[in-house]
Amino acid sequence: MNEEKQRSNPKAGQLLREILARLGSSLRGIMPEIIAIIVAFLVGGIALLATGHSPIDAYGAMIMGAFGDVFGIGQTLTQATPIIFTALSFLFASKCGLFNIGAEGQLLVGGFAAALIGISFNNLPIFIHLPLALLAGALAGGLWGFIPAVLKAKLGAHEVITTMMLSYVAFYVTGYMVNYPFKAPGWVAQTVIIAPSAQLPRILQPTQLSASIFVAVILVGLTYYTLEKTTLGYEVRAVGLNPTAAESSGISVKKGMILALVISGALAGLGGAGEVLGVHRRFIEGFSPGYGWDGLAVALIGRLHPVGVLFAAILFGALRSGGMVMTRATGVPLDIIFMLQALVVLLIAAPRMIRYLLKRGGFKW
Amino acid sequence: MGLTEKLNPPPPHFFAMSIAVEMINITKSFPGVVANDRINFVVKKGEIHGLLGENGAGKTVLMSILYGLYRPDEGQIFVNEKEVQMDSPATAIKLGIGMVHQHFMLVPSLTVAENIILGREPKKNKVLLDTNKILSDIKDFCDRYRLEVDPKASVYTLPVGVQQRVEILKALYRGADILILDEPTSVLTPQEVEELFKAIRALKNQGKTIIFISHKLKEVLAICDRITVLKRGKVAGIVKAGETSPGELAEMMVGREVVFTFEKKRAESDEVVLRVEGLKALNDRKLPALKGVTFEVRKFEILGIAGVEGNGQTELVEVLMGLRESTAGNIFLDGTNITNMSPSERIALGISHVPEDRHKRGLILDFSVMENLILGRHNKSPFTKRWIMLNFDKASNFAKGLIQEFSIKTPSEDAPARHLSGGTQQRVIVAREFSRKPKLIIASQPTRGLDVGATEYVRKKLVEMRDQGCAVLLISADLDEIWALSDRIAVMYEGEIVAIKDAGKTSELELGLLMAGGKRE
Repeated sequence: MNEEKQRSNPKAGQLLREILARLGSSLRGIMPEIIAIIVAFLVGGIALLATGHSPIDAYGAMIMGAFGDVFGIGQTLTQATPIIFTALSFLFASKCGLFNIGAEGQLLVGGFAAALIGISFNNLPIFIHLPLALLAGALAGGLWGFIPAVLKAKLGAHEVITTMMLSYVAFYVTGYMVNYPFKAPGWVAQTVIIAPSAQLPRILQPTQLSASIFVAVILVGLTYYTLEKTTLGYEVRAVGLNPTAAESSGISVKKGMILALVISGALAGLGGAGEVLGVHRRFIEGFSPGYGWDGLAVALIGRLHPVGVLFAAILFGALRSGGMVMTRATGVPLDIIFMLQALVVLLIAAPRMIRYLLKRGGFKW
Repeated sequence: MGLTEKLNPPPPHFFAMSIAVEMINITKSFPGVVANDRINFVVKKGEIHGLLGENGAGKTVLMSILYGLYRPDEGQIFVNEKEVQMDSPATAIKLGIGMVHQHFMLVPSLTVAENIILGREPKKNKVLLDTNKILSDIKDFCDRYRLEVDPKASVYTLPVGVQQRVEILKALYRGADILILDEPTSVLTPQEVEELFKAIRALKNQGKTIIFISHKLKEVLAICDRITVLKRGKVAGIVKAGETSPGELAEMMVGREVVFTFEKKRAESDEVVLRVEGLKALNDRKLPALKGVTFEVRKFEILGIAGVEGNGQTELVEVLMGLRESTAGNIFLDGTNITNMSPSERIALGISHVPEDRHKRGLILDFSVMENLILGRHNKSPFTKRWIMLNFDKASNFAKGLIQEFSIKTPSEDAPARHLSGGTQQRVIVAREFSRKPKLIIASQPTRGLDVGATEYVRKKLVEMRDQGCAVLLISADLDEIWALSDRIAVMYEGEIVAIKDAGKTSELELGLLMAGGKRE
């Protein structure tokens, strides 16, 4: 008995040391991000001082607003949720060497398709109606990824152009839909409320946090798993890293690209569906304040790793939700938050994006 | 310093006995390897000094230290008998050292002249480029060193050999007296190599010192005065070129005797594995690259395709592998018409491919050795489980097995392929392709850029596969290689097979003539 204890103790100590060492090395690993965030806040502080505000008050209000109480945390996660989806969307395509900057549009069509299913049926049970609505969102987003994918595979059209242009198409088409055919009575361009059976439950009343966050977290795991553990992920990464070698080994580059863009679009589409079914309960014109673009930045800040994306999205969510509290409490304009976001992006993501583009052998338009 | 001063080098034997470069006790370690282990390296002024060694022997590291790209962990460097701190290439250039890298550092869209003067532009009124002066300066320069090149030509239009000349001119223009040439012949055709050697000799006559890095015995013996041989980071010997033999050098490099010829089992078969009939295809610029190619490869046979590069060999391999569309003709494998099959279908039918460019086509450098070894087989049993998942245990065991069987020098199967030496990378490809039990192997420039040891290994493996009944199509610009391995030799010229000869019934002279388009049958 005694002997066993002695033997297990050093083992436990070793385990602890190992865990600490791991933590230490991963902390060191994300040092650039931490430094960038600190520098961004310092520069933001100077801007606050220059405009006659107290940085300590403003940041205090922001941090308390974002993480200070359950309500704040709920709002932070609510804001982070759609960005997790769009960041995963960008990440997945980028693993295949594709620059999908059309998550915004894929999110919009996904949201609209989900709303359409949500308002079209009234007497379906929730376990059919809700999945159906989510599926519609994923399919619509996937279709919005499929179009540029086919254009690229068949005609060589660059996905940067086509995905971006399709974002505008999505914006105006969904805008038309909710202004005319599907407009709810009233002066706001929005659909009617979706049936309760299609609504994602709110999980932290009175915040708007919905079960969409669970879908997002599951997809973080699933994305990692798909990329690292499945043959599909292997092929996608092979095509992304060296299309010529992949082709020579019998992997179809076109198939890989099409699949990657469809999955990428579906991820963003699901994000839109989550917003519509969980937060707004209807499709409102302009409900996305640019989640698609935030997703791009978040994916890069998260080092194109699903788990990194999760944390980077929470950072962005915190900036948004805390920023609103800060504005209310101290009168500091919300623009300072956008500046902070932009600075973080500038300090972390921009150098990395440039390296990424260079590595891909330049930006060919 | 004006250009004219640079144009007046000291007379040839002025410094005959003095030392241009002396590196003493140089040690440089990278994580896991000692790349240079107490190396002493002395180059006399005005000599052509060969630095010979296998890939990974430490040649490039040593020269990168001399050129200021790396700092040594220990050791001293003397240039012109003065100790120097080589902290950057700028310092090296200031001290008169120039380096021509294996991969050229030219701007393709600029002209030759613009590339040469880049960073040191002569100016008129301090702002405008003095175009006339540039052109006349460079013309003088070319004449003096007998490096002929049109200063007004855009670099991307020039053949590789001429681009290399531009690199040399660039180094000279920056005032180099000591010129480091890193594997300069690896990208050249035999004719271009001859041209290069002429230029090197002319430079020597002008009093320049040249360090010639290579792993090719023949070339080092042909051009160098003295040779320093490196083996695994240490100096294995210093010899005069006139007092040694290829055998001795090879032994120094590898540490054992090297086989240059191969014993092949006599085994003949009439069974045709690959039949190509009237194959035509276009190149990337939509010009005819293959103009009706017809040949057969049989079991137990290596068919060598000789020819100067750019005569359609690359396109031929791509069409055979299904990577390029053919415009006419048919390809049969074991009697099955595979002309319209996808690459994966062809691979499944038993074609293995050792591509000419291992970084571009052969490997995914950021993948691990294991991931590279299962490439193309990842979606087949036993490497998948439950339809969609990769079976990492199986893949790992498989990779470990191949690493042993093919002696792949890697820290583990999880190491990225990028970190392996060129020879080891080629072993990964050979292991992957040969372990498929193919009916047909298409090996394209399989030993390009490899050192003696690795070359010997790859050739031996090819012969082994042939002896086991494989049909082998060997495409090589290296006539020695074709000569050493082939049972029959086809010569390719301007997109056509101009002759097919039994290896025993032809001569190097005849093949050389055919390759140059001199004789057609």
